[in-house]
Amino acid sequence: MPKVTINGMEIEVEPGTSILQAAEQLGIEVPRFCYHDKLSVPANCRMCLVQVEGGPPKPVASCAMACGDGMIVRTDTDVVKKARKGVMEMLLINHPLDCPVCDQGGECDLQDQAMAYGFDRSRFHENKRAVEDKDLGPLISTVMTRCINCTRCVRFAEEIAGTPVLGQLNRGEDAEIGTFVGELVKTELSGNLVDVCPVGALTSKPYAFAARPWELKKTESIDVHDAVGSNIRIDSRGREVMRILPRLNEDVNEEWISDKTRYACDGLRYKRLDRPYIRCESSNRLLAASWPEAFAHIRERLEGLQGENIAALAGDLSDVESMTALKDLMRRLGSANLDCRTDNADFDVSSRAGYLFNSTISGIDQADLIILIGVNPRYEATMVNARIRRAWLERRVKVVMIGQGADLTYPYDHYGTGTKDITQFAEEFAGKLPAKKPMMIVGAGVFRRDDGMALHGALYEAAEKLGIVTKEWNGFNVLHSAASRVGALDIGFVPQKDALDFRSIIAGTKDGSIKALYLLGSDEFNARVNIGWKTFVIYQGHHGDQAAQRANVILPGAAYTEKDGIFVNTEGRPQLARKAVSPPGEAREDWKIIRALSDELGEPLPYNTLAQLRERIRGEWPLFRSIDEITPAKWTRFGGKGKVHAETLESYGSSFYLSNPICRASKTMNECVEAFTNEERYSEAAE
Amino acid sequence: MDRILRSMLLTEIVKGFLLTLKYIFFVPRVTINYPYEKGPISPRFRGEHALRRYPNGEERCIACKLCEAICPALAITIEAEPREDGSRRTTRYDIDMTKCIYCGLCQEACPVDAIVEGPNFEFATETREELYYNKERLLANGDRWEAQIAANLVKDAPYR
Repeated sequence: MPKVTINGMEIEVEPGTSILQAAEQLGIEVPRFCYHDKLSVPANCRMCLVQVEGGPPKPVASCAMACGDGMIVRTDTDVVKKARKGVMEMLLINHPLDCPVCDQGGECDLQDQAMAYGFDRSRFHENKRAVEDKDLGPLISTVMTRCINCTRCVRFAEEIAGTPVLGQLNRGEDAEIGTFVGELVKTELSGNLVDVCPVGALTSKPYAFAARPWELKKTESIDVHDAVGSNIRIDSRGREVMRILPRLNEDVNEEWISDKTRYACDGLRYKRLDRPYIRCESSNRLLAASWPEAFAHIRERLEGLQGENIAALAGDLSDVESMTALKDLMRRLGSANLDCRTDNADFDVSSRAGYLFNSTISGIDQADLIILIGVNPRYEATMVNARIRRAWLERRVKVVMIGQGADLTYPYDHYGTGTKDITQFAEEFAGKLPAKKPMMIVGAGVFRRDDGMALHGALYEAAEKLGIVTKEWNGFNVLHSAASRVGALDIGFVPQKDALDFRSIIAGTKDGSIKALYLLGSDEFNARVNIGWKTFVIYQGHHGDQAAQRANVILPGAAYTEKDGIFVNTEGRPQLARKAVSPPGEAREDWKIIRALSDELGEPLPYNTLAQLRERIRGEWPLFRSIDEITPAKWTRFGGKGKVHAETLESYGSSFYLSNPICRASKTMNECVEAFTNEERYSEAAE
Repeated sequence: MDRILRSMLLTEIVKGFLLTLKYIFFVPRVTINYPYEKGPISPRFRGEHALRRYPNGEERCIACKLCEAICPALAITIEAEPREDGSRRTTRYDIDMTKCIYCGLCQEACPVDAIVEGPNFEFATETREELYYNKERLLANGDRWEAQIAANLVKDAPYR
């Protein structure tokens, strides 16, 4: 292990560590533009120059120079300061002086470093260059004149996103970043280009000129648009969420987030339910009501109903607290007809290992073989896909796909498309997989079939046969796409004993056995078509989407940015989402609504504060005691017996940009569909 | 002795009267007949705010929000969005004149000399609401006072 001395401080580092990284470990700041710790090192901005004593007689770029044993480095000499000043002056020669109109102003690396290391005037009096702006689609606006050619965006698109459409063109003063024959950046990670750009050349289009960084309130929270549970920072001003940024969490999303996570936040402003509504029985229209009126109406309609005539469903965006409260309320009303699998999925929920992403997302970094079954991780869990791509890029990990093929940004062997290919694969490679840590990733979408239980069992058999589960390594993974799903399964928001599941509840509304149905944000299925007309439907949610159209009573709830809540991601990691803004109008936090309703129904729930409710959750389910930590699940038998029909494995991935009510209300997401999805369809038609 | 003499001869009273007479007949008048007459004000006088325009009629303000950020009284509120031509402009520019302390930091911060404190100090109103200025009011102020504001800026320029 080489030992280096930087500014008189000694440190021992891993071989291959660059001087810049070593300095960072010591807490010494080295300015940089092109270096990014998740990207390759081009060393082209020259800002990180340091002096190496006994080394070359000129400053060296610390990001590209590996530490050698006995190296003596100085970052604070006059030579270094002069070199930085010179580099800064050169960078600013062609950088326009438009900080006041630039969206990066206030959080700009160039601005900050010009203040800290730059010279206070320019000796360049000639004309500055101008570069034509590029069209990168509806998410990123470009002002290429501001570009300092650090090529971070080029490297990000190539290495992380896997869509090599950006590149550096021409040389010298004419050097510029361009797209390959004017293509859009078609990747679900494009928003991260804005984050990696150290200047204001690439900025967020929907956020254009909306706010300044210093006027935003920053709240650390959790994303709910997929089941990865990406760590995010919500930037809000007043009552509005202005933007969403990623937050570093090496175990989950590293420092990236998908475009849906980042840009769907404008959907929180439109189509919101901001007051209770009651459907008028004579005119069949929804009329605005007050909270007491809505509650009284519910009490009237629920009076005299037996427990088995009532059912409750929880949607994709529900937090653990509200689902627990609803479960408790239903138990008091004598009903066990609960389900959270509103996408029509059917699988065994008795074994926790049977529905978790057991290897963990960071486990992908150790895996040496990945078997994808009926899953399109690119659309269902973009951050997982980025990890798999990196595993392929860095270690050439083999990826096998059983299911429908798609462009996943990395190559894979397409073994088959149907259920029989799973058993065939298991038999062919039984006990002789060429891997020590193989991973099997099953998309939760494959269980949306009548024989889902049997398929779940078949997957268990396959996993056992292939030997992907050992003492130290559990390679069986289910990739969910709903943020609430694992939390709901963990608290048992599923039919108890002989109670009805989702399919039977829906069937019950049609034959009249289910007389009242409580929907907690269930917008995944078409309620108007599927729920029978006689059933009394209570919808509690935040958007006027599919289910609200069918509801008899609407109780306005809070979206994920407006409440404190626990969400369990697909790995089984409970994480805390925090309240950034208040819900609009008369809308309230979801668990409070259920608590208030329980009073009205004469069955008061035994908690009055969020702390008491969480205490109750922690009491019954110990895994919620360790927030942010994964409680590993024991590998036990799961799944049903029976024959699995030989059908194609259907993944979700129906529409990445419009997968939940928030996205559907978002203008930006709808623009993305126009720009990306439809264009693809057109080009396919042309071919 | 001296004191007794002075009090006997009423010298202080005479001196006082002489001073009065001097101001009546020989010294120019200092009292002015406000509001018909007004005293001189410095080119740096910080009076009522105004938003200026360029000579071609384009508003100067580019919604950089630096004035909002520096305002110690939090009197300025700005909202911005891209205009139809894609340029950065305010959709809302409010100054609460009842909060303003007339420190002049907003005009110091402005990179385009858009917000200025003009020479007008006569904007008393009967209600508070009239002192909540919006963008139209500020731009109208700018149009009304532009000649004087521009002249003041020229006069002050050598000292900046």
